[in-house]
Amino acid sequence: MTEMKEIAQEARRDWMSLLARSTAADLARLWAEAGLAPAFDWLRRPEVGGVMMRGRQGGTGAPFNLGEITVTRCALKLADGTVGHGYVQGRDKRHAEQAALVDALMQTGQVPAIEAAVLAPLRRAQAARQSKRAAKAAATKVEFFTLQRGED
Amino acid sequence: MYVAVKGGERAIENAHDWLAEERRGDPDVGELSLAQIREQLKLAVTRVMAEGSLYDPDLAALAIKQARGDLIEAIFLMRAYRTTLPRIGASLPVDTEEMICDRRISATFKDLPGGQVLGPTFDYTHRLLDFKLAAEGELPEAATSEARPEPVPHVTSFLDAEGLIQQERATDDVPRDITREPMAYPTDRSTRLQVLTRGDEGFILGLAYSTQRGYARNHAFVGELRIGTVPVEMEIPELGFAIEIGEVELTECESVNQFAGSKTEPPQFTRGYGLVMGAAERKAIAMALVDRALRWEELGEDNLGAPAQDEEFVLSHCDNIQATGFLEHIKLPHYVDFQAELELVRKLRSEAEANIATQEAAE
Repeated sequence: MTEMKEIAQEARRDWMSLLARSTAADLARLWAEAGLAPAFDWLRRPEVGGVMMRGRQGGTGAPFNLGEITVTRCALKLADGTVGHGYVQGRDKRHAEQAALVDALMQTGQVPAIEAAVLAPLRRAQAARQSKRAAKAAATKVEFFTLQRGED
Repeated sequence: MYVAVKGGERAIENAHDWLAEERRGDPDVGELSLAQIREQLKLAVTRVMAEGSLYDPDLAALAIKQARGDLIEAIFLMRAYRTTLPRIGASLPVDTEEMICDRRISATFKDLPGGQVLGPTFDYTHRLLDFKLAAEGELPEAATSEARPEPVPHVTSFLDAEGLIQQERATDDVPRDITREPMAYPTDRSTRLQVLTRGDEGFILGLAYSTQRGYARNHAFVGELRIGTVPVEMEIPELGFAIEIGEVELTECESVNQFAGSKTEPPQFTRGYGLVMGAAERKAIAMALVDRALRWEELGEDNLGAPAQDEEFVLSHCDNIQATGFLEHIKLPHYVDFQAELELVRKLRSEAEANIATQEAAE
Protein backbone atom coordinates (compact mmCIF):
# COMPACT_ATOMS: atom_id res chain seq x y z
CA MET A 1 0.00 0.00 0.00
CA THR A 2 2.73 2.49 0.95
CA GLU A 3 4.67 1.30 -2.06
CA MET A 4 1.69 2.06 -4.30
CA LYS A 5 1.46 5.48 -2.72
CA GLU A 6 5.13 6.10 -3.32
CA ILE A 7 4.86 5.10 -6.95
CA ALA A 8 1.84 7.36 -7.40
CA GLN A 9 3.70 10.20 -5.66
CA GLU A 10 6.77 9.69 -7.81
CA ALA A 11 4.64 9.79 -10.97
CA ARG A 12 2.89 12.98 -9.84
CA ARG A 13 6.23 14.55 -8.96
CA ASP A 14 7.39 13.79 -12.48
CA TRP A 15 4.47 15.31 -14.31
CA MET A 16 4.29 18.38 -12.07
CA SER A 17 8.02 18.98 -12.59
CA LEU A 18 7.62 18.55 -16.33
CA LEU A 19 4.76 21.08 -16.39
CA ALA A 20 6.71 23.55 -14.24
CA ARG A 21 9.69 23.48 -16.59
CA SER A 22 7.74 23.47 -19.86
CA THR A 23 7.38 26.74 -21.69
CA ALA A 24 3.99 28.45 -21.37
CA ALA A 25 3.72 28.50 -25.17
CA ASP A 26 4.31 24.74 -25.55
CA LEU A 27 1.73 23.85 -22.92
CA ALA A 28 -0.82 26.34 -24.27
CA ARG A 29 -0.51 24.90 -27.78
CA LEU A 30 -0.83 21.27 -26.64
CA TRP A 31 -3.69 22.10 -24.31
CA ALA A 32 -5.57 23.85 -27.10
CA GLU A 33 -4.92 20.96 -29.50
CA ALA A 34 -6.20 18.47 -26.90
CA GLY A 35 -9.48 20.41 -26.97
CA LEU A 36 -10.17 19.92 -23.27
CA ALA A 37 -12.25 22.36 -21.25
CA PRO A 38 -13.21 20.74 -17.97
CA ALA A 39 -15.37 22.73 -15.54
CA PHE A 40 -13.59 23.69 -12.32
CA ASP A 41 -13.70 25.96 -9.29
CA TRP A 42 -10.72 27.91 -8.00
CA LEU A 43 -9.32 26.92 -4.63
CA ARG A 44 -6.56 29.50 -5.07
CA ARG A 45 -6.49 31.82 -8.04
CA PRO A 46 -3.16 32.10 -9.89
CA GLU A 47 -0.68 34.11 -7.88
CA VAL A 48 2.75 35.30 -9.01
CA GLY A 49 5.43 35.13 -6.34
CA GLY A 50 9.09 34.61 -5.66
CA VAL A 51 10.88 31.52 -4.45
CA MET A 52 14.23 32.04 -2.76
CA MET A 53 16.65 29.76 -4.52
CA ARG A 54 19.44 28.29 -2.40
CA GLY A 55 22.88 26.98 -3.13
CA ARG A 56 25.51 25.37 -0.93
CA GLN A 57 28.89 26.76 0.17
CA GLY A 58 31.50 25.08 -2.00
CA GLY A 59 28.70 23.24 -3.82
CA THR A 60 28.27 20.73 -1.01
CA GLY A 61 28.38 22.63 2.31
CA ALA A 62 25.94 24.75 4.30
CA PRO A 63 23.08 26.41 2.38
CA PHE A 64 23.06 30.07 1.35
CA ASN A 65 20.52 32.26 -0.46
CA LEU A 66 21.27 32.70 -4.14
CA GLY A 67 18.39 34.95 -5.17
CA GLU A 68 14.78 34.49 -6.17
CA ILE A 69 13.02 33.01 -9.17
CA THR A 70 9.54 33.94 -10.30
CA VAL A 71 6.92 31.25 -9.85
CA THR A 72 3.17 31.25 -10.46
CA ARG A 73 0.93 28.89 -8.53
CA CYS A 74 -2.74 28.06 -8.27
CA ALA A 75 -5.09 25.32 -7.05
CA LEU A 76 -8.42 24.21 -8.45
CA LYS A 77 -11.09 21.56 -8.08
CA LEU A 78 -12.78 19.69 -10.92
CA ALA A 79 -16.56 19.07 -10.84
CA ASP A 80 -15.90 15.55 -9.46
CA GLY A 81 -13.90 17.01 -6.57
CA THR A 82 -10.39 16.16 -7.86
CA VAL A 83 -7.88 18.79 -6.77
CA GLY A 84 -5.13 19.97 -9.09
CA HIS A 85 -2.12 22.11 -8.18
CA GLY A 86 -0.16 24.23 -10.61
CA TYR A 87 3.37 25.46 -9.86
CA VAL A 88 5.18 26.85 -12.87
CA GLN A 89 8.30 28.95 -13.46
CA GLY A 90 7.64 32.50 -14.60
CA ARG A 91 4.68 34.84 -14.42
CA ASP A 92 2.16 33.32 -16.79
CA LYS A 93 -1.15 32.73 -15.03
CA ARG A 94 -2.60 30.70 -17.91
CA HIS A 95 0.42 28.44 -17.70
CA ALA A 96 -0.29 27.76 -14.01
CA GLU A 97 -3.98 27.20 -14.69
CA GLN A 98 -3.30 24.70 -17.48
CA ALA A 99 -0.69 22.92 -15.34
CA ALA A 100 -3.21 22.58 -12.49
CA LEU A 101 -5.86 21.24 -14.88
CA VAL A 102 -3.43 18.67 -16.26
CA ASP A 103 -2.45 17.73 -12.69
CA ALA A 104 -6.12 17.23 -11.79
CA LEU A 105 -7.01 15.27 -14.94
CA MET A 106 -3.99 12.99 -14.40
CA GLN A 107 -5.72 11.82 -11.21
CA THR A 108 -8.90 10.86 -13.11
CA GLY A 109 -9.73 8.29 -15.76
CA GLN A 110 -8.27 10.60 -18.42
CA VAL A 111 -4.64 9.60 -17.84
CA PRO A 112 -4.02 7.93 -21.24
CA ALA A 113 -5.51 10.84 -23.19
CA ILE A 114 -3.57 13.51 -21.23
CA GLU A 115 -0.38 11.52 -21.29
CA ALA A 116 -0.57 11.14 -25.07
CA ALA A 117 -1.80 14.64 -25.94
CA VAL A 118 0.14 16.77 -23.45
CA LEU A 119 2.79 15.10 -21.32
CA ALA A 120 4.50 12.90 -23.89
CA PRO A 121 5.00 15.78 -26.38
CA LEU A 122 6.27 18.05 -23.56
CA ARG A 123 8.71 15.37 -22.48
CA ARG A 124 9.89 14.94 -26.06
CA ALA A 125 10.32 18.70 -26.51
CA GLN A 126 12.41 18.97 -23.34
CA ALA A 127 14.54 15.96 -24.24
CA ALA A 128 15.09 17.39 -27.73
CA ARG A 129 16.14 20.79 -26.35
CA GLN A 130 18.53 19.11 -23.95
CA SER A 131 20.13 16.72 -26.42
CA LYS A 132 20.58 19.50 -28.96
CA ARG A 133 22.65 21.52 -26.46
CA ALA A 134 24.47 18.41 -25.27
CA ALA A 135 25.54 17.64 -28.85
CA LYS A 136 26.94 21.17 -29.27
CA ALA A 137 28.75 20.93 -25.92
CA ALA A 138 30.20 17.55 -26.96
CA ALA A 139 31.64 19.15 -30.09
CA THR A 140 33.60 21.62 -27.89
CA LYS A 141 35.12 18.91 -25.72
CA VAL A 142 38.89 19.15 -25.80
CA GLU A 143 40.83 16.16 -27.10
CA PHE A 144 44.41 16.38 -25.90
CA PHE A 145 47.26 15.05 -28.00
CA THR A 146 50.53 14.25 -26.32
CA LEU A 147 53.34 15.68 -28.41
CA GLN A 148 56.33 13.50 -29.09
CA ARG A 149 59.12 14.70 -26.82
CA GLY A 150 61.94 12.77 -28.41
CA GLU A 151 63.14 11.27 -25.15
CA ASP A 152 63.57 7.77 -26.55
CA MET B 1 19.24 67.02 4.53
CA TYR B 2 16.80 66.50 1.70
CA VAL B 3 13.82 68.84 1.78
CA ALA B 4 10.66 68.29 -0.24
CA VAL B 5 10.01 71.07 -2.70
CA LYS B 6 6.97 71.82 -4.79
CA GLY B 7 6.91 72.90 -8.37
CA GLY B 8 8.42 71.70 -11.60
CA GLU B 9 5.61 69.22 -12.31
CA ARG B 10 5.31 70.23 -15.93
CA ALA B 11 9.08 70.18 -16.42
CA ILE B 12 9.21 66.68 -14.93
CA GLU B 13 6.36 65.43 -17.11
CA ASN B 14 7.96 66.86 -20.23
CA ALA B 15 11.35 65.43 -19.26
CA HIS B 16 9.78 61.98 -19.01
CA ASP B 17 8.05 62.36 -22.35
CA TRP B 18 11.35 63.29 -23.90
CA LEU B 19 12.99 60.33 -22.17
CA ALA B 20 10.40 58.04 -23.79
CA GLU B 21 11.15 59.54 -27.19
CA GLU B 22 14.91 59.25 -26.71
CA ARG B 23 14.47 55.66 -25.56
CA ARG B 24 12.79 54.85 -28.83
CA GLY B 25 15.56 56.59 -30.78
CA ASP B 26 15.29 57.19 -34.51
CA PRO B 27 11.80 55.99 -35.53
CA ASP B 28 13.21 54.96 -38.93
CA VAL B 29 15.15 52.26 -37.11
CA GLY B 30 13.15 49.20 -36.09
CA GLU B 31 12.07 48.93 -32.45
CA LEU B 32 13.83 46.37 -30.23
CA SER B 33 11.61 43.56 -29.05
CA LEU B 34 12.02 41.99 -25.64
CA ALA B 35 12.68 38.66 -27.35
CA GLN B 36 15.57 40.23 -29.28
CA ILE B 37 17.10 41.54 -26.07
CA ARG B 38 16.55 38.22 -24.30
CA GLU B 39 18.08 36.18 -27.11
CA GLN B 40 20.79 38.45 -28.49
CA LEU B 41 21.92 40.41 -25.43
CA LYS B 42 21.82 37.38 -23.20
CA LEU B 43 24.82 38.30 -21.07
CA ALA B 44 23.30 41.70 -20.24
CA VAL B 45 20.09 39.88 -19.29
CA THR B 46 22.14 37.54 -17.11
CA ARG B 47 23.82 40.39 -15.30
CA VAL B 48 20.54 42.17 -14.63
CA MET B 49 19.06 38.97 -13.21
CA ALA B 50 22.09 38.17 -11.04
CA GLU B 51 22.50 41.65 -9.58
CA GLY B 52 18.74 42.26 -9.52
CA SER B 53 18.62 38.99 -7.56
CA LEU B 54 15.64 37.72 -9.53
CA TYR B 55 15.80 35.02 -12.19
CA ASP B 56 13.33 35.96 -14.93
CA PRO B 57 14.85 36.59 -18.39
CA ASP B 58 11.73 38.29 -19.82
CA LEU B 59 11.58 40.76 -16.94
CA ALA B 60 15.29 41.47 -17.22
CA ALA B 61 14.88 42.13 -20.97
CA LEU B 62 12.06 44.57 -20.20
CA ALA B 63 14.19 46.29 -17.57
CA ILE B 64 17.08 46.69 -20.04
CA LYS B 65 14.77 48.18 -22.66
CA GLN B 66 13.17 50.54 -20.16
CA ALA B 67 16.58 51.59 -18.82
CA ARG B 68 17.92 52.25 -22.34
CA GLY B 69 20.69 49.76 -21.73
CA ASP B 70 21.83 51.32 -18.45
CA LEU B 71 22.34 48.05 -16.60
CA ILE B 72 22.47 49.49 -13.10
CA GLU B 73 19.18 51.31 -13.76
CA ALA B 74 17.78 48.00 -15.07
CA ILE B 75 19.00 46.18 -11.95
CA PHE B 76 17.27 48.86 -9.88
CA LEU B 77 14.00 48.13 -11.73
CA MET B 78 14.39 44.39 -11.07
CA ARG B 79 15.06 44.96 -7.37
CA ALA B 80 12.04 47.22 -7.09
CA TYR B 81 9.83 44.64 -8.79
CA ARG B 82 11.26 41.88 -6.60
CA THR B 83 10.10 43.63 -3.46
CA THR B 84 6.48 43.50 -4.70
CA LEU B 85 6.50 39.70 -5.02
CA PRO B 86 4.96 37.64 -2.25
CA ARG B 87 7.48 35.05 -1.05
CA ILE B 88 6.12 31.62 -1.89
CA GLY B 89 8.93 29.77 -0.15
CA ALA B 90 12.52 28.67 -0.43
CA SER B 91 13.95 26.01 -2.70
CA LEU B 92 16.02 23.03 -1.67
CA PRO B 93 19.70 23.83 -2.26
CA VAL B 94 20.44 23.33 -5.96
CA ASP B 95 22.67 20.36 -6.74
CA THR B 96 25.40 21.71 -9.01
CA GLU B 97 27.01 18.25 -9.26
CA GLU B 98 24.00 17.34 -11.41
CA MET B 99 24.35 20.40 -13.63
CA ILE B 100 23.85 19.80 -17.34
CA CYS B 101 26.99 21.62 -18.44
CA ASP B 102 27.35 23.78 -21.53
CA ARG B 103 30.85 24.56 -20.35
CA ARG B 104 33.13 22.91 -17.83
CA ILE B 105 36.83 23.58 -17.54
CA SER B 106 39.53 23.00 -14.97
CA ALA B 107 42.83 24.84 -14.75
CA THR B 108 44.20 22.29 -12.30
CA PHE B 109 43.66 18.92 -13.99
CA LYS B 110 44.05 18.25 -17.68
CA ASP B 111 42.39 14.87 -17.79
CA LEU B 112 39.36 14.51 -15.64
CA PRO B 113 36.08 12.58 -15.68
CA GLY B 114 33.56 14.48 -17.78
CA GLY B 115 36.36 16.16 -19.72
CA GLN B 116 37.12 19.77 -20.54
CA VAL B 117 34.17 21.27 -22.40
CA LEU B 118 34.73 24.77 -23.78
CA GLY B 119 31.13 25.71 -24.55
CA PRO B 120 30.23 28.96 -26.34
CA THR B 121 33.22 30.91 -25.01
CA PHE B 122 34.96 34.18 -25.92
CA ASP B 123 38.25 32.51 -24.90
CA TYR B 124 40.69 31.97 -27.78
CA THR B 125 38.86 34.52 -29.95
CA HIS B 126 41.20 37.21 -31.26
CA ARG B 127 39.23 40.11 -29.81
CA LEU B 128 39.28 41.80 -33.17
CA LEU B 129 36.11 43.55 -34.21
CA ASP B 130 34.18 41.31 -36.53
CA PHE B 131 32.77 43.53 -39.25
CA LYS B 132 30.77 40.65 -40.63
CA LEU B 133 28.39 41.23 -37.72
CA ALA B 134 27.73 44.75 -38.99
CA ALA B 135 25.97 43.27 -42.00
CA GLU B 136 23.19 40.76 -42.04
CA GLY B 137 24.82 37.43 -42.56
CA GLU B 138 23.95 33.81 -42.84
CA LEU B 139 22.56 32.02 -39.85
CA PRO B 140 25.54 30.70 -37.89
CA GLU B 141 25.44 27.05 -37.02
CA ALA B 142 27.25 25.24 -34.23
CA ALA B 143 29.00 21.94 -34.83
CA THR B 144 27.62 18.93 -33.05
CA SER B 145 28.97 15.59 -32.10
CA GLU B 146 27.59 12.61 -30.29
CA ALA B 147 27.10 13.30 -26.61
CA ARG B 148 27.95 10.45 -24.26
CA PRO B 149 26.06 10.98 -21.02
CA GLU B 150 28.53 10.62 -18.18
CA PRO B 151 28.84 12.00 -14.66
CA VAL B 152 30.66 15.32 -14.31
CA PRO B 153 31.96 15.26 -10.73
CA HIS B 154 33.25 18.37 -9.02
CA VAL B 155 37.00 18.69 -9.38
CA THR B 156 37.36 19.43 -5.67
CA SER B 157 35.90 15.99 -4.93
CA PHE B 158 39.14 14.42 -6.25
CA LEU B 159 41.21 16.44 -3.78
CA ASP B 160 38.61 15.79 -1.13
CA ALA B 161 38.96 12.03 -1.59
CA GLU B 162 42.66 12.34 -0.75
CA GLY B 163 41.98 14.66 2.17
CA LEU B 164 44.05 17.36 0.47
CA ILE B 165 41.44 20.12 0.57
CA GLN B 166 39.46 21.65 3.37
CA GLN B 167 36.09 19.90 3.60
CA GLU B 168 32.68 21.44 3.20
CA ARG B 169 30.24 20.02 5.71
CA ALA B 170 26.69 19.75 4.44
CA THR B 171 24.08 21.05 6.87
CA ASP B 172 20.39 21.80 6.71
CA ASP B 173 20.79 25.13 8.48
CA VAL B 174 18.42 27.85 7.33
CA PRO B 175 20.68 30.65 6.05
CA ARG B 176 20.10 34.24 7.09
CA ASP B 177 18.35 36.21 4.37
CA ILE B 178 19.56 39.78 3.80
CA THR B 179 16.29 40.64 2.06
CA ARG B 180 14.45 39.89 5.30
CA GLU B 181 16.89 40.85 8.05
CA PRO B 182 19.17 43.86 8.26
CA MET B 183 22.90 43.21 7.99
CA ALA B 184 24.78 42.82 11.25
CA TYR B 185 28.56 42.46 11.65
CA PRO B 186 30.41 40.21 12.11
CA THR B 187 28.45 38.07 9.70
CA ASP B 188 28.80 34.49 8.42
CA ARG B 189 29.89 32.91 5.13
CA SER B 190 26.34 32.19 3.93
CA THR B 191 25.38 35.82 4.33
CA ARG B 192 28.57 36.92 2.59
CA LEU B 193 27.87 34.63 -0.35
CA GLN B 194 24.33 36.01 -0.70
CA VAL B 195 25.67 39.57 -0.78
CA LEU B 196 28.53 38.73 -3.16
CA THR B 197 26.39 36.84 -5.68
CA ARG B 198 24.18 39.92 -6.17
CA GLY B 199 27.02 42.39 -5.75
CA ASP B 200 28.28 44.66 -8.50
CA GLU B 201 30.40 42.75 -10.99
CA GLY B 202 32.86 45.61 -11.42
CA PHE B 203 33.36 46.07 -7.69
CA ILE B 204 33.81 42.34 -7.01
CA LEU B 205 36.16 42.09 -9.99
CA GLY B 206 38.27 44.98 -8.70
CA LEU B 207 38.53 43.47 -5.22
CA ALA B 208 39.40 40.04 -6.60
CA TYR B 209 42.09 41.65 -8.75
CA SER B 210 43.47 43.42 -5.69
CA THR B 211 44.01 40.02 -4.00
CA GLN B 212 45.89 38.82 -7.08
CA ARG B 213 48.11 41.89 -7.01
CA GLY B 214 49.13 41.29 -3.44
CA TYR B 215 46.55 42.87 -1.16
CA ALA B 216 45.85 39.73 0.93
CA ARG B 217 47.39 37.48 -1.64
CA ASN B 218 46.13 33.90 -1.65
CA HIS B 219 47.20 32.43 -4.95
CA ALA B 220 44.10 30.97 -6.56
CA PHE B 221 43.71 28.24 -9.16
CA VAL B 222 40.43 27.85 -10.94
CA GLY B 223 39.84 24.29 -9.82
CA GLU B 224 36.71 24.25 -11.85
CA LEU B 225 34.40 26.52 -13.74
CA ARG B 226 31.06 25.21 -14.98
CA ILE B 227 28.10 26.81 -16.70
CA GLY B 228 24.86 24.97 -17.29
CA THR B 229 21.36 24.32 -16.09
CA VAL B 230 20.08 22.83 -12.88
CA PRO B 231 16.51 22.09 -11.81
CA VAL B 232 15.15 24.05 -8.85
CA GLU B 233 13.20 21.92 -6.38
CA MET B 234 10.86 23.03 -3.64
CA GLU B 235 8.86 21.20 -0.99
CA ILE B 236 5.18 21.86 -1.65
CA PRO B 237 3.41 21.98 1.72
CA GLU B 238 -0.01 21.07 0.32
CA LEU B 239 1.45 18.01 -1.41
CA GLY B 240 3.91 16.86 1.23
CA PHE B 241 6.72 16.26 -1.28
CA ALA B 242 9.15 18.21 -3.42
CA ILE B 243 8.68 18.98 -7.11
CA GLU B 244 10.82 20.85 -9.60
CA ILE B 245 9.41 24.34 -9.94
CA GLY B 246 11.78 25.47 -12.64
CA GLU B 247 15.18 25.32 -14.23
CA VAL B 248 17.92 27.94 -14.11
CA GLU B 249 21.23 28.55 -15.75
CA LEU B 250 24.05 29.04 -13.25
CA THR B 251 27.80 29.61 -13.30
CA GLU B 252 29.87 27.99 -10.59
CA CYS B 253 33.54 28.54 -9.80
CA GLU B 254 35.53 26.62 -7.24
CA SER B 255 38.91 28.08 -6.54
CA VAL B 256 41.69 26.04 -5.00
CA ASN B 257 44.02 28.12 -2.89
CA GLN B 258 47.33 27.76 -1.12
CA PHE B 259 47.27 27.01 2.55
CA ALA B 260 50.27 26.33 4.72
CA GLY B 261 48.38 24.55 7.47
CA SER B 262 47.99 25.66 11.06
CA LYS B 263 48.37 24.30 14.60
CA THR B 264 45.18 22.31 14.21
CA GLU B 265 45.06 21.62 10.47
CA PRO B 266 47.60 19.71 8.36
CA PRO B 267 48.81 21.44 5.20
CA GLN B 268 45.99 21.36 2.68
CA PHE B 269 44.29 23.40 0.00
CA THR B 270 41.42 25.72 0.83
CA ARG B 271 38.44 26.79 -1.23
CA GLY B 272 36.77 29.90 -2.47
CA TYR B 273 33.31 29.63 -3.96
CA GLY B 274 31.39 31.54 -6.59
CA LEU B 275 27.86 30.75 -7.73
CA VAL B 276 26.02 33.26 -9.91
CA MET B 277 22.78 33.27 -11.90
CA GLY B 278 23.19 32.90 -15.66
CA ALA B 279 26.38 32.70 -17.71
CA ALA B 280 28.66 34.96 -15.68
CA GLU B 281 32.12 33.47 -15.37
CA ARG B 282 34.06 36.68 -14.70
CA LYS B 283 31.74 37.35 -11.79
CA ALA B 284 31.84 33.76 -10.50
CA ILE B 285 35.66 33.63 -10.51
CA ALA B 286 35.88 37.05 -8.84
CA MET B 287 33.31 35.99 -6.24
CA ALA B 288 35.34 32.88 -5.41
CA LEU B 289 38.49 34.94 -4.86
CA VAL B 290 36.74 37.48 -2.66
CA ASP B 291 34.96 34.71 -0.71
CA ARG B 292 38.34 33.12 -0.06
CA ALA B 293 39.93 36.40 1.04
CA LEU B 294 37.09 37.03 3.49
CA ARG B 295 37.69 33.65 5.16
CA TRP B 296 41.06 34.70 6.66
CA GLU B 297 39.86 34.54 10.25
CA GLU B 298 38.19 31.13 9.98
CA LEU B 299 41.35 29.75 8.34
CA GLY B 300 43.68 31.26 10.92
CA GLU B 301 45.39 33.68 8.54
CA ASP B 302 46.70 37.12 9.40
CA ASN B 303 44.60 40.20 8.90
CA LEU B 304 46.82 42.18 6.55
CA GLY B 305 44.45 45.12 6.55
CA ALA B 306 43.66 44.54 2.89
CA PRO B 307 40.32 45.84 1.59
CA ALA B 308 39.26 42.36 0.38
CA GLN B 309 39.68 40.99 3.93
CA ASP B 310 37.40 43.59 5.51
CA GLU B 311 33.92 42.11 5.34
CA GLU B 312 32.18 45.27 6.46
CA PHE B 313 33.96 47.26 3.79
CA VAL B 314 33.29 44.67 1.08
CA LEU B 315 29.69 43.84 1.93
CA SER B 316 28.49 47.36 2.60
CA HIS B 317 29.94 48.75 -0.63
CA CYS B 318 29.45 45.99 -3.22
CA ASP B 319 25.73 46.56 -3.75
CA ASN B 320 25.39 48.87 -6.73
CA ILE B 321 21.78 49.78 -5.93
CA GLN B 322 22.60 50.94 -2.42
CA ALA B 323 25.67 52.70 -3.76
CA THR B 324 23.98 54.46 -6.63
CA GLY B 325 21.00 55.40 -4.45
CA PHE B 326 23.21 57.21 -2.00
CA LEU B 327 25.55 58.60 -4.61
CA GLU B 328 22.84 59.95 -6.88
CA HIS B 329 20.70 61.43 -4.13
CA ILE B 330 23.17 64.28 -3.83
CA LYS B 331 22.00 65.64 -7.17
CA LEU B 332 18.48 66.17 -5.80
CA PRO B 333 17.61 69.57 -4.33
CA HIS B 334 19.60 70.35 -1.19
CA TYR B 335 18.65 74.04 -1.29
CA VAL B 336 18.08 74.48 2.43
CA ASP B 337 21.24 72.58 3.38
CA PHE B 338 23.25 74.59 0.97
CA GLN B 339 21.68 77.90 2.10
CA ALA B 340 22.79 77.11 5.63
CA GLU B 341 26.34 76.35 4.45
CA LEU B 342 26.35 79.52 2.38
CA GLU B 343 25.27 81.59 5.38
CA LEU B 344 27.98 79.98 7.47
CA VAL B 345 30.74 80.65 4.97
CA ARG B 346 29.62 84.29 4.59
CA LYS B 347 29.61 84.70 8.35
CA LEU B 348 33.06 83.14 8.78
CA ARG B 349 34.41 85.32 6.01
CA SER B 350 33.06 88.56 7.41
CA GLU B 351 34.45 87.62 10.82
CA ALA B 352 37.85 86.89 9.29
CA GLU B 353 37.81 90.18 7.38
CA ALA B 354 36.82 92.06 10.52
CA ASN B 355 39.72 90.41 12.39
CA ILE B 356 42.22 91.46 9.73
CA ALA B 357 40.84 95.01 9.79
CA THR B 358 41.22 95.23 13.60
CA GLN B 359 44.77 93.82 13.42
CA GLU B 360 45.77 96.32 10.75
CA ALA B 361 44.26 99.15 12.74
CA ALA B 362 46.24 98.06 15.81
CA GLU B 363 49.49 98.01 13.85
